[in-house]
Amino acid sequence: MEWLDNFWAVYSNVVLSLGTNVLLALSIYLTLSCGMLAMANAAFMGIGAYTAALLSTHFDAPFALVLAAGMAAPALVALLMGAPTLRLSGVYLAMATLAFGEVVRIAVINSEDLTGGALGLNGIPQLTQWWTMLLALAGTLALLWRLRRARLGRAFEAIKEDETAAGLMGINVSATKLIAFTLGAAIAGLAGALNAHLTFFIGPGEFGFDRGVEILTMAVLGGIQNLLGPTLGALIVTLLPEALRSLRDYRLAVNGMILVLIVLFLPRGLVDPQALRAAWARLTQRKRAG
Amino acid sequence: MLELHAVSKNFGGLQVLQDVNLRVPAGGIFGLIGPNGAGKTTVFNLITGLLQPSAGSIRFEGQSLLARKTHQITQAGIARTFQNIRVFKGMTLQDNVVAGMHAHLHYGSAAWLLALPAFRQQERWARARALELLSWVGLAARAQELADNLSYGEQRRLELARALATQPRLLLLDEPVAGMNSTEKTALMQEILAIRARGFTVLMIEHDMRFVMGLCEHIAVLNFGRIICQGTPEQVRQDPQVIEAYLGRDDADAADTVTDAAATLPGTATTAAADALAPAPGGSA
Repeated sequence: MEWLDNFWAVYSNVVLSLGTNVLLALSIYLTLSCGMLAMANAAFMGIGAYTAALLSTHFDAPFALVLAAGMAAPALVALLMGAPTLRLSGVYLAMATLAFGEVVRIAVINSEDLTGGALGLNGIPQLTQWWTMLLALAGTLALLWRLRRARLGRAFEAIKEDETAAGLMGINVSATKLIAFTLGAAIAGLAGALNAHLTFFIGPGEFGFDRGVEILTMAVLGGIQNLLGPTLGALIVTLLPEALRSLRDYRLAVNGMILVLIVLFLPRGLVDPQALRAAWARLTQRKRAG
Repeated sequence: MLELHAVSKNFGGLQVLQDVNLRVPAGGIFGLIGPNGAGKTTVFNLITGLLQPSAGSIRFEGQSLLARKTHQITQAGIARTFQNIRVFKGMTLQDNVVAGMHAHLHYGSAAWLLALPAFRQQERWARARALELLSWVGLAARAQELADNLSYGEQRRLELARALATQPRLLLLDEPVAGMNSTEKTALMQEILAIRARGFTVLMIEHDMRFVMGLCEHIAVLNFGRIICQGTPEQVRQDPQVIEAYLGRDDADAADTVTDAAATLPGTATTAAADALAPAPGGSA
């Protein structure tokens, strides 16, 4: 198993940040699958990361408690913020949530005593192990998988399809949206908390607009028809820059090109069960005909 | 059962409904007719809480529906279909109908997380019930297809099954036969009669006069936001105001027009009188 040790020594960081990104992609998948384009997930990740990091550096709290707080804090903020903003639809919700992200970033920069301001927080204990990440991922995936089969998941889907009709099916639209938003914030917070205890250092720049766009890219790229989509999207967005390392200076340009091409030719994402089914039907028909 | 009292609705300076009074008795099929733009769909939007009236009261089984949200009104026992179909196109037919049972599935978070018996039993019941409702409208065989693959008329029938899934006592149908051919119309007429026989009260907006006259026991006529006539199909057919609303008035010999039109109304002027007024097959008029 020597090669595994070597591999882990070199790539453990990539593999674990892959876990973080899958969690982030799943967090935005949740709001997208309920028909909301909410762009606050980077900010929620930041709130989770700071809450968790402060707890473990100042109070030496047990890691399980730290993670729970890292989920609870952004969930609480989402609950308070969601009530007034979620009545907005489409681009307007995206704008409001983007603005909220900026508010969080600036607030972190200016509360220097607590957060270290622009310099960030240093010396966070590296408590995230590979199995913590695996457990968090498995738990989140299991939760979302069960959710899709339940009354609540069906309500999300109905709201995404047609909000007015969903209301007339007896679904409490605003309450259901708030659940999706809050749950998404908790998952983003978990990703932030785990990531903070992986990287030793966090700063306000990590949770800004760029990160928000990256999270959305992962979900849109993979597709949001099922759970495989955001997982695959996170995988590609994380690993593509690594795979293109040999291109040196052109790396980021090619990286961007590939993403543009995928979105152009597969607007519903890489994992699109409907398109796959249609392709399969065409294939079997051709066989029957020929 | 449903009572609208002195309901008015303005959009800015535009008066869409003025002083509308409507009483829908339990157990029958009630028709709401009127020319385009008369405000019929607005009446439905007010009843289902998509809009709030500017004045007046709406009561369902004695309870006021004002300031209630749409999902609360659905849970109170009113369901509707839409003139411009609003099925969940990306979902299967069965899931569409099961979505309508949302308020009738009661299991906690632990139940769905762990697939406990309560979850499994209720979901099984919901899927079976959905198939039954789909069979009422003749779509059970296609339960696993996506709603997007259905034809126009089929989507209307799916919408009907989905509305029934909410277990309403009052069913509002907004132009249920628009865009259907005559075979589909006759089939739907039978389905609506069967639905009434199962104890549902139906309030429908419809332009197809044969359909309305054949099905409804009571009809109200809306014109320019006012109810101009209310009664049995026979009374409505002979009401001079209704005739005027549909055919217009020739000032020179208004009297003649009225008598003439009385024979043809409420079909179009080109339809033969006998054809327009004959009770449709299976009709109860």
